[in-house]
Amino acid sequence: MRIEGKGRIGTAPVDYVFDGVRRRGRVGDTLASALMADGEMLLGRSFKYHRPRGVVTADSAEPNALVTVGTGARAEPNTRATVQELYPGLEARSQNRWPSLGFDLMGVTDLAAPLLGAGFYYKTFMWPKSFWEKLYEPMIRRAAGLGALFGAHNPDRYEKAYAFCDVLVIGGGPAGLMAALAAGQSGADVILCDEGPRLGGRLLAEDETIDGRDAAVWAQETAEQLRAMDNVRVMTRTTVTGAFDQGTFAALERVAQHLADPGGRPLECFWRIAAKRSVLCAGALERHIAFRDNDRPGVMMAGAMRAYLNHWGVAAGQSVAVFGNNDDAHRTARDMAAAGVHVAALIDARHDAQNLAGNVPFYPGFQVTRAHGRKRLEAITLRAPDGGRESIAVQALGVSGGWNPAVHLTCHMNARPVWRDDIATFVPRDGAVPGMRVAGAARGAFTTMTCLTDGAEAGRAAAQDIGFKGQSPDLPDAEDAPYRLRRLWAVEGKGRAWLDFQNDVTVKDVRQAAAENYASVEHMKRYTTQGMATDQGKNSNVQALAILADATGRDIPETGTTTFRPPYTPVAIAAMGAGAQGHGFAPQRFTTSHSASVKMGAPMVEAGLWYRSSFFPREGERTWRQSCDREVRMVRDAVGICDVSTLGKIDLQGPDVGAFLDFVYANRFSTLRPGRVRYGLMLREDGHVMDDGTTARLSENQWVMTTTTAAAGEVMRHLDWVRQAFCAQMNVRFTSVTEAWAQFAIAGPKARDLLNGMLDAPIDNASFPYMACGEVSVLGAAARLFRISFSGEHAYEIAVPARYGASLFEKLVERAEAMGGGAYGMEALNVLRIEKGHITHAEIHGRTTAFDIGFGRMVSAQKDCIGKAMAARPGLMDPERAQLVGLRPIGAVKQLVAGAHLFAPEAKPVSAADEGYITSACFSPTLGETRALAFLANGRARHGETIKMVDHLRGLTAVCEVTDPVAFDPDGGRLRG
Amino acid sequence: MRLPCPICGTRDRREFYYQGAASMLERPVSGELDAWHAYVHVRDNPAGRTRDLWHHEAGCGAWVIVERDTVTHEVFGAVLVEDADAD
Ligand SMILES: [Zn+2]
Repeated sequence: MRIEGKGRIGTAPVDYVFDGVRRRGRVGDTLASALMADGEMLLGRSFKYHRPRGVVTADSAEPNALVTVGTGARAEPNTRATVQELYPGLEARSQNRWPSLGFDLMGVTDLAAPLLGAGFYYKTFMWPKSFWEKLYEPMIRRAAGLGALFGAHNPDRYEKAYAFCDVLVIGGGPAGLMAALAAGQSGADVILCDEGPRLGGRLLAEDETIDGRDAAVWAQETAEQLRAMDNVRVMTRTTVTGAFDQGTFAALERVAQHLADPGGRPLECFWRIAAKRSVLCAGALERHIAFRDNDRPGVMMAGAMRAYLNHWGVAAGQSVAVFGNNDDAHRTARDMAAAGVHVAALIDARHDAQNLAGNVPFYPGFQVTRAHGRKRLEAITLRAPDGGRESIAVQALGVSGGWNPAVHLTCHMNARPVWRDDIATFVPRDGAVPGMRVAGAARGAFTTMTCLTDGAEAGRAAAQDIGFKGQSPDLPDAEDAPYRLRRLWAVEGKGRAWLDFQNDVTVKDVRQAAAENYASVEHMKRYTTQGMATDQGKNSNVQALAILADATGRDIPETGTTTFRPPYTPVAIAAMGAGAQGHGFAPQRFTTSHSASVKMGAPMVEAGLWYRSSFFPREGERTWRQSCDREVRMVRDAVGICDVSTLGKIDLQGPDVGAFLDFVYANRFSTLRPGRVRYGLMLREDGHVMDDGTTARLSENQWVMTTTTAAAGEVMRHLDWVRQAFCAQMNVRFTSVTEAWAQFAIAGPKARDLLNGMLDAPIDNASFPYMACGEVSVLGAAARLFRISFSGEHAYEIAVPARYGASLFEKLVERAEAMGGGAYGMEALNVLRIEKGHITHAEIHGRTTAFDIGFGRMVSAQKDCIGKAMAARPGLMDPERAQLVGLRPIGAVKQLVAGAHLFAPEAKPVSAADEGYITSACFSPTLGETRALAFLANGRARHGETIKMVDHLRGLTAVCEVTDPVAFDPDGGRLRG
Repeated sequence: MRLPCPICGTRDRREFYYQGAASMLERPVSGELDAWHAYVHVRDNPAGRTRDLWHHEAGCGAWVIVERDTVTHEVFGAVLVEDADAD
């Protein structure tokens, strides 16, 4: 019911739809205030028992009023109606009901409640085990769970951002406004975050004055003053959701959740704010009192009831009552009555309480024992101090069990709050978060005056801490009435009295947990699920704890608290992961030959973040094997071109590079002459192989190392480590130049002919022998040429600055094709290297040593190197270790597969008889048969033996002959021609 | 979490690669296998002060020794590995 003349929002109409019905609210409404203005109190069904539920709060702590906003893939489930601002065309739906909100078939679970008490999951669904998958789990999944996901990709845009400041002020109520003002006037760079669309916090919800003006007007003026300051950034609609190490905070800004058309804005932005100091002014949250059926729609927090009145001009009902145990509850009765709403009763559980609400029926010492009505409140039953009963018809009841400081962020770094008996609540522990001060209601200073004073002092001190001359703003006059309460957690009586509305936990559940010896607060929480819903029990944890303390005969400090964890309010994963969807998560790295290769029809294969060509299909080729076989033959018979730019390239310079490489490589490099290239093997300190590749000495003081594509980053990090940790005196510097160069392999007997058609000065075998390198000029561009070979053919790699890459690739391929060759891809490259017994990370997979791969003699005896000592461990030199061998099939089955294991021909293929495994396999068109590389126990001594390959996964068994790993051109004559 | 790189200043931990205990700096000089085993494999797991190695991989490339508390997460400071080796 809207009360004309009340409220601080506008009057312009805003049309929206709830559960298919067109409705009209006002600009400035939340979905909750608009529905309440229409008299709608039923907003959803509860999680477990499907009980009808309505709005409980006027803020983000809301446990009940969760709705789905939007339609289709944009739909956002579990949106709190109490924070969702109305916009024209907003569509919202209630949740957890079927077929309709008014008539919910699952409501029968409420009748079965005696079976579903605390721990029912653990008890009821224990057995028989086979029922879990087929019956219990699907049933629980269908019945439980609130909002549903649409199932389609979320089309909304999210963003993430970083911010830095001297002082972060969290919360823009009276304390936060003064803290920001003080810190700002002191000269600090300030960020002030507030959840709501307007600054003012609780001042917007009250009918009170500051310096003789409406407190909400004072808040607005102060907000304007702050916005006018260059060193203050005000972030509204921004919830600080977590406090982390070294002054890092997470915050969620709802950028466009309140707009009909985001107009290119992200929906939400996830902030990481680094602050030198912080001031927490998060205010306080009102708690409930448990009594029978206190969850009926229309029963709400007393503070929320008057917030709807004072801010939104909405009365929760035509006839209302207020029930509390403290002075603050009286303000609700006072404000409602003053606005002309019929206040049927002000019930204060304290028998000695004085009526502070004026002319309303006052019931000191009474308690509300029951709420009546189902889909909305119709009446309440009171119990008089003498035990007599009385029933009063009301449409809404405001309840206040007292206020809890919003200590949540002070617990995010593992500190536990401290119990304060005088206000019967937890307050933040000093120093809970380094660099953080807590001010105002968040530390139990509940009056407006103490909030203002406290905030100003905290803001000043925070600025002063970091070197500013602290300034205190003038303090205005404000309300300073004492806050008195007597604790009351639950009203005794029959029936179910509710604590955690979102998880449907009752007083009885907590007592039952205690009775079953789940007496620790952490056990009780998990057994009953109290506080484990998305609201983390903001309105109910303290009551549950107090009831547990009582049931176990301990006091509250002794019972302890559970831990509040980030986020303070739910954060969509889409916001936290903004920018990381799809290719934002795995960016694509393209070589300079990428678009030409795609044009040639090459399917791309991922190599880390890189994309490389698998093969280049030609007219008439229907399978990858046909293309691959042709490309292999092309390289062996003519000439092939392959983009090898993805290999890591590290440019090393300085007089001590040779000595440095001697230390990082197992073999010696200092003896390498300028103009020459050497193959190197790099070990980890534990003696296993880390990576391999070639390093060229371009000149006396300049070298270039290549790494494998996969290990480029790891090797760079390793070189940084070794140089800085152990070689700091060496005169050597290096940098990654992987992206700076485009590099192509030119492989095959016609490689030199092809090159000489392009080089400005031809080469021959004498001037450019195997393993030579040097500067050349290719079609007028300066290039580096390396005579190295992975294919086993007479081959070169030519490197040009990346800007020439695309052009050079096309010219190389064009000439190769004219000579009977062409481009080849990863498939052919793999076959070529397996034929030659060359290793990749399939073989140096992290568990193999130089000894295992047959390179034991490369570990130089003349010098120290990383990994040398540990590689010499007896266990790593054991001849029974699996050693690299080649395999060829000699039985009926010709297929060999990587991952298959090796057994003696007559042995049972079980793990106890395992003798090794295949790492790489391919069909070799050169040899006309399948070839594999494998690790076999004592393999080097077993060439010529017969072994059995078994692949249990594919059901394959093949008889093989053990061979040397090098299957083709073992003496390497083709390399040197 | 933020770490003080001696070269770049205090930076978000996402810019750093974590390696492990700073005992990795004490590389044995002898070939004695027990010493090597301890160096490569054996680590303390202190609740309290620790010296760890971090690589400012998305920054200047420096390896730094960060002294911090594993219980309170307080960071006491950081020095360059290169300077530690020069001492
Ligand atoms: Zn740095």
